[in-house]
Amino acid sequence: MTFTRPTFRHPDLLPNAAGFNRRDYEGLISTLCAGCGHDSISNAIIQACFELALPPHRIAKMSGIGCSSKTPAYFLGKSHGFNSVHGRMPSIATGANMANRDLVYLGVSGDGDTASIGMGQFIHAVRRNLHMLYIVMNNGCYGLTKGQYSATADKGSKSKKGPANALESIDLCELAIQLGAGFVGRSFSGDKQQLVPMIKAGLSHGGLAFIDVISPCVTFNNNPESTKSYHWVREHSEATNTFDFVPVRPSITTEYQEDVTETVTLHDNSVINLHKHPDGPDITDRRQAIDTLEDHKAQGMILTGVLYVNPESLDTHEILNTCERPLNSLGEVDLCPGSAALAEINAAHR
Amino acid sequence: MKQLEGVNDLVIRFANVNGSGSASANNLFAKAVFRMGVPVSPKNIFPSNIQGLPTWYEVRVNEHGYLGRRGDVDMVVAVNGQTLRQDYEGLASGGYFIFDSSKPLPETFQRDDVVVIGIPMTQLCNDTFENPRMRPLLKNIIYVGALAALLDMELQVLIDSLNKQFRKNQKLAAPNIQALELGYQYASEHYPGVCKLSIGRSDRVGDAIFMDGNAATALGALYGGATVVGWYPITPSTSVIEAFGNYAEKFRVEADTGRIKVAIVQAEDELAAIGIVIGACWNGARAFTATSGPGISLMAEFLGLAYFAEIPVVLIDVQRTGPSTGMPTRTQQSDLLACAYASHGDTKNVLLFPCDPKECFEMTAAAFDLAERLQTPVIVMSDLDLGMNDHQCPPLHWDAARRYDRGKVLDAAQLEALTTDWGRYLDIDGDGICYRTYPGTHPSKGAYFTRGTSRDEHSGYTEDSTSYVHNMERLLLKWETAKSLVPLPKSKIRDPQAKVGAIFYGTTTHSAEEVIDRLHLRGMAINSLRICAFPFQQEVMDFIAQHDLIYIIEQNRDGQMRSLLINEGNLLPEKLVAITSFDGLPVASRFLSRALDTALQERGLLPQPAVSGPGGVQ
Repeated sequence: MTFTRPTFRHPDLLPNAAGFNRRDYEGLISTLCAGCGHDSISNAIIQACFELALPPHRIAKMSGIGCSSKTPAYFLGKSHGFNSVHGRMPSIATGANMANRDLVYLGVSGDGDTASIGMGQFIHAVRRNLHMLYIVMNNGCYGLTKGQYSATADKGSKSKKGPANALESIDLCELAIQLGAGFVGRSFSGDKQQLVPMIKAGLSHGGLAFIDVISPCVTFNNNPESTKSYHWVREHSEATNTFDFVPVRPSITTEYQEDVTETVTLHDNSVINLHKHPDGPDITDRRQAIDTLEDHKAQGMILTGVLYVNPESLDTHEILNTCERPLNSLGEVDLCPGSAALAEINAAHR
Repeated sequence: MKQLEGVNDLVIRFANVNGSGSASANNLFAKAVFRMGVPVSPKNIFPSNIQGLPTWYEVRVNEHGYLGRRGDVDMVVAVNGQTLRQDYEGLASGGYFIFDSSKPLPETFQRDDVVVIGIPMTQLCNDTFENPRMRPLLKNIIYVGALAALLDMELQVLIDSLNKQFRKNQKLAAPNIQALELGYQYASEHYPGVCKLSIGRSDRVGDAIFMDGNAATALGALYGGATVVGWYPITPSTSVIEAFGNYAEKFRVEADTGRIKVAIVQAEDELAAIGIVIGACWNGARAFTATSGPGISLMAEFLGLAYFAEIPVVLIDVQRTGPSTGMPTRTQQSDLLACAYASHGDTKNVLLFPCDPKECFEMTAAAFDLAERLQTPVIVMSDLDLGMNDHQCPPLHWDAARRYDRGKVLDAAQLEALTTDWGRYLDIDGDGICYRTYPGTHPSKGAYFTRGTSRDEHSGYTEDSTSYVHNMERLLLKWETAKSLVPLPKSKIRDPQAKVGAIFYGTTTHSAEEVIDRLHLRGMAINSLRICAFPFQQEVMDFIAQHDLIYIIEQNRDGQMRSLLINEGNLLPEKLVAITSFDGLPVASRFLSRALDTALQERGLLPQPAVSGPGGVQ
């Protein structure tokens, strides 16, 4: 095992449109288990941010506690990061976003962090449509405490420990759609081709973008009877659509060759080009999105892809009507009413 | 019967039904006393209920400006049938019982030591006013008019107050003034000279204001530059946020865009409320939340994160009666230990103790400077009495030249100019406080990882014992630095030779000062110290050292300030004696007087037997 990242990069690798190299988006070397799905997601995040040419220092990485929440140390090393407490990332992200609406907020959480201890915070961040990308690295178990089932583990699924999970699972994507998230997707850590454009689209969405990434835990939950294993997901997943994401600044080439059947324009004028079956669900329709998820679940299939998009949703700042200047940039002149106003207030209290 | 008598020295209690619109009538009375230049202090004693349960409004009028709650009731306006007997029996001997005589008093009401004054409020009201929806409200105004007559008050002050109150709705002013005069006339005609208590114009108010602590706290946050608020509704702190929102609507709207320069987020619970504050402060905004005891318990986890990761937080704790849900609408000073050491592991949080609205304003504004300078949570320890009752206090003051102290923050130019190594947790000034950066400041310098896990000076994760210990010791050094920044205690040395001292804080101040003043008049000098902040400065320890015996007066059962002093000052417990009042009502000076007398007599420190105050038990 190596403890330092090699510094050599292929000499032909070009910088992105903003002049940053891919390594500018990398972080420390991962301390997760070899083969962990989370590391693939970290790499997809690095690739997506590089391709979008986001200045690394204008991204804030937020996380809670758990294996997934450790990953912000392993990507975007030039960004500020905040590894908060268990299940509380959404409130920290809310405050951070309120303070400075000009940064990009990338929240990373796990299934325990989001679907159990942080459920309240998750659903309320969705409800207030906080402008952020919220990624759940979903492996159906608690890794750091040695493999207990989490609330997203499917009923009947078996982890390495043996006994089948007896409880109903929580589908975070369905919840997010119900609660008003404007962008909801599901992907698989093993499908970089789908995940990278999905992260790019999520980062470009104008409100809360939620992506549930099934990310097998190679140590505790990767046996064939587990519905969160590499094997199972590969055998039982179906993409609702394939798509590519065209940012405002067109810089990526599509890897899918089928004809574009639907186009969704996001708030910042970037575009999601969808390639799907003509009878496939309309991803801007909430009810169809939920129905399609349930239909696939009934067939024992995991539906991936962009599940729902509402480009028109208003984010928290618009709901609160806060000023366009970041609140953290305001000083006494803007904030302090001064002594004359105080004299009037005193007079009103006599 | 010896009737109670006196000028500008009385306690009057209004016994009402919650939700019957009595608050504005009662407030009209208190405000009129204030506007007559007479010091006044109302206490709203209300239930955790929206409508129907008993509620009381107790007004102390005191020429000398002693405005702590006194205890005992000299006059009661008993207009709540549910509590009529309780109010009748609770009245001090020689006191005045005013009731709605539209219905006769039950025959069993046979005290011969009180003056019974019947005003047919319902009858007068129904005979005069047509609108049935207005009647209950106007009935309340009738008793205010009657009181004005009984107490020889200036009716014009009340009329002016009503005109001011209804200046935007003159249609309402007329019936209110009519009701006022109705009560005044009835009482003048039927009870001339009956009441020996009176309220006459004085000049003891000066330029004072009359404001509730929560509004002043909100103003402190507004002036202090708060831009982000995370909050969850809880009595008695909710009105801090409501007032802040109202002031923001007035003072924080961008003229050109109509957008507002503040983000007030109603969170899903107190956990999220303080999480929002931490996220915002981490990102360079000034942010605060307000809560009460149950919220403090929930916020403990996050307070530990803010302490350890060194993130500024301003938290307003408007304390109520605990433990658990306790008495949600009653006051106490019982969150001291929970706040001082909130969260697991070794933690200490800075506390500030305001005693009146002016200090709520000043200490809240100062809390933002302190929190950012010290990069740690600062908790303003208000309470229900201070927060929700109107208090007379000096006017609020803001120095036009004052600038916010944003603490040690490196901007892009400073990062660019750095010639030495920067570490988020590297103490280069030797005061335990390190330099921080806001996210997004510089393309390649100053980014760091904030975490609640242990870390080295460069914010890298570490489980190295030496690094951990070094960091924890630096936090203690920062704690020492805090002592030089928080407000100093205020002492009153009545006799430099005195061997007995008293320590109190917050809303206990008013009753404690009165009792100690009165003891001094009786020849017993006790020096006093009002603690304004935690950590305790040397001045606090010196005061304790200079006396043989210290009474710690506070409003909780267990003497929490006493415990905190013993613990932090490594003091001998025998020297510190707790005098406590924890029944949920603001500490009464008469109760405190008896308690202190007894305590002093037990030690043979008070020669003559105590002169017990008039009235019965508290």
